[in-house]
Amino acid sequence: MHKISMMTLFVAAGLTVPAVSLALIGNDARVPINLPELQADRYVHTAPTVDELMADESVHPELRKVILKGRDIFMNTQQYRGTYVFNDMTCASCHTGEGGMNWGGPVWPAATTLPNYRPKNDHVNSLEERIAGCFSYSMNGISPEYGSDDMLALVAYHQWLATGAPVYEHRIAGRGFNNLGTQIPEDVDYHRGEQVYQDNCAVCHGTNGEGKRQNGEVVFPAVWGDNSYNWGAGIARIFTAASFIHMNMPLGKPGSLTEQEAWDVAVYINSHERPQDPRYTGDVRETREKYLGFHRHSYYGLEKNGVLLGDHENTGEKPVLKPDILRARTFGADE
Amino acid sequence: MMQRKFTKTTFLRHLCGGLLLLSFSTTASVAMTGDPEIGKALAARGDGSGAPCMACHAIDGTGNAFAGFPSLAGLDAGYLLKQMRDYNSGARVSAVMQPNVDGYSDEELVHLAAYFASLPPAPPASPTVSEDVLALGKKLAERGAWDQYIPPCSSCHGPDNQGVGTDFPAIAGQHANYIAQEIRAWRDGKRSNDTVQLMTGISERLTDEQIDAVAAYLSTLPMRAE
Repeated sequence: MHKISMMTLFVAAGLTVPAVSLALIGNDARVPINLPELQADRYVHTAPTVDELMADESVHPELRKVILKGRDIFMNTQQYRGTYVFNDMTCASCHTGEGGMNWGGPVWPAATTLPNYRPKNDHVNSLEERIAGCFSYSMNGISPEYGSDDMLALVAYHQWLATGAPVYEHRIAGRGFNNLGTQIPEDVDYHRGEQVYQDNCAVCHGTNGEGKRQNGEVVFPAVWGDNSYNWGAGIARIFTAASFIHMNMPLGKPGSLTEQEAWDVAVYINSHERPQDPRYTGDVRETREKYLGFHRHSYYGLEKNGVLLGDHENTGEKPVLKPDILRARTFGADE
Repeated sequence: MMQRKFTKTTFLRHLCGGLLLLSFSTTASVAMTGDPEIGKALAARGDGSGAPCMACHAIDGTGNAFAGFPSLAGLDAGYLLKQMRDYNSGARVSAVMQPNVDGYSDEELVHLAAYFASLPPAPPASPTVSEDVLALGKKLAERGAWDQYIPPCSSCHGPDNQGVGTDFPAIAGQHANYIAQEIRAWRDGKRSNDTVQLMTGISERLTDEQIDAVAAYLSTLPMRAE
C-alpha cells in the first residue's frame, strides 16, 4: 500500500500524475488497473476537481452555482426521467470518473474541439448540439433546449472541466472510445460474448440485460431493451462498446477483460434489440444505408440470430421518434 | 407511443420468462422460502456444536459494534444465505463463523437468513470521529476517489448505500469496525468471496485512513429509508 501513499504525496504536492499513479498501483495488485500509458505525443489533461472548484475564489459564486448545477445534471440525470431522459442512463454511466477522467470518455474535449464538423450529422456542431446528441441517442431522450438554463449549466460544467486545455488541440491523450480500433475482428463470437457477459456483467446489468433498480431508482442501467440506449447511440457501434467496456468495465476493474473478450461481449450486447434510431426513415434497411458511415459499425438493419435488428417502430418510453432539436443546419446539411 | 413489433417480442420474452419462472417455482421456491419463525428458534439453539447466533450477533440481531460482529438485522436474505453457505464451502473463511454454522443443514440456513432479514435494522451509530474524517468518508461513499480508481460505494451498493439485491449488501448502518475489518480482509487476501472480485480491487487501492473514514461514515447512516 506504500505506493498509494506515494501517490497521495504527489497529489498533495500539486504534481499532476494520475495516470502514472494508476499504473503504479497496478503493478503487484490482484486486480490491477490495466489502463494503457497515455500517448506521449498528445496533450495530457488533468481535469479540475469539485474540491478545487469550491476552494477557487476567482470563480464567481454565481458561476460556481451554475457549474455545480451542470454537474448535478451530469451525475444524476435520472432526476429528469420522462423529460430529458427516457431510459436508464445518466451522463456518468458512460463518461466515468464524473466526465473528466482519461480513458473514461472524458467530455471536456467537446468544449475545446467544437464547433467542428461531425460526420454523424454532416454539419458543423456546437457544444450544445453535441450534448443534445447524447440526450437524443444515448439517453433515448429529448434534450434541454439550446440556450436553456439546464443546457447552459451543462455547457458550463464541460467548459470548467476543460480548464487549462488548449482550444482546437485535437491530439488529446486518453480521449474517446476507440482505443481498440474501429475494425471488428473477424473472429468475434456471439456465444463467447454471452459467456463473458454472464460471468462478468450479469451481476450488475442482469442476466437479460435489464439492469437493476433499488427502491425504484436505477442503480445499474439496462444494456439492451426498452430502457437502454437507442440504435443511434455511439455505443450501439460495436467498436465503441468494445473500447468502452475494455477501458471501464466491470466498474473498478478497467482493462481486466482481454481485448478479445471486450469485442465478443460488445457483439453480444449490441446484437440485442433496443429503441429505434431517431433518424429512422420507416425502413430499417434504408436507414442503415442512409447512415452507413455510422451503421457500418453496428448490427442495425442486419439479420442476427434470425432477427432483422431495428425492424420496428418502438421508441421505448420516449413518446416521439425524432426530437425537434435534431435538425439540419444550413451549411450544406443533407437530411 | 409507437410499439409494434418490439412490443410483441418483448411480450413473448416476458411470457417465456414467466413460464420458466412458473416451472422453477414449483421446485425451487419451496426450498428458497425461509420461515423466520423457524429461523428464530434455530438462531437461539445454535448449530448443535457451536454458540447460538445471539451470543455474538445479539438477541435482536444487531451485532456488536465494539467487537466488530456485524449487524445482520434487516440485511437481504439472499446475501445472508450466500455468506453462510460460503462459510460452509470454504469460499469465505472465518475461524469463528465456520464452526458455528457447519452443523446447520442448508434448509436451516435458509430459515436463519429469513429470520435475520425480517428483523428491524439497528439505529445508525452516533459519530465518534471528527467531522473531517466523516467528510472524507462521505466523499468516498458518494463520489469515490477516481484519481485512485475508486468508484463511489453507492455505484454498486445503491442509493444511500442501502444495498442492491443479493450481491450488494446494505453497508449503511453497518458497524464501522466490521466494515473496516472486511475491507482489510479483502485487501490482505483473507476474504475473496466477492462477485467478480469487485471489492478486492477497491480494497487494494484504499489507504488505511480512507478505510477507517468510509467505515465510520457508513455506520452513521440508516440501513433503510423509512
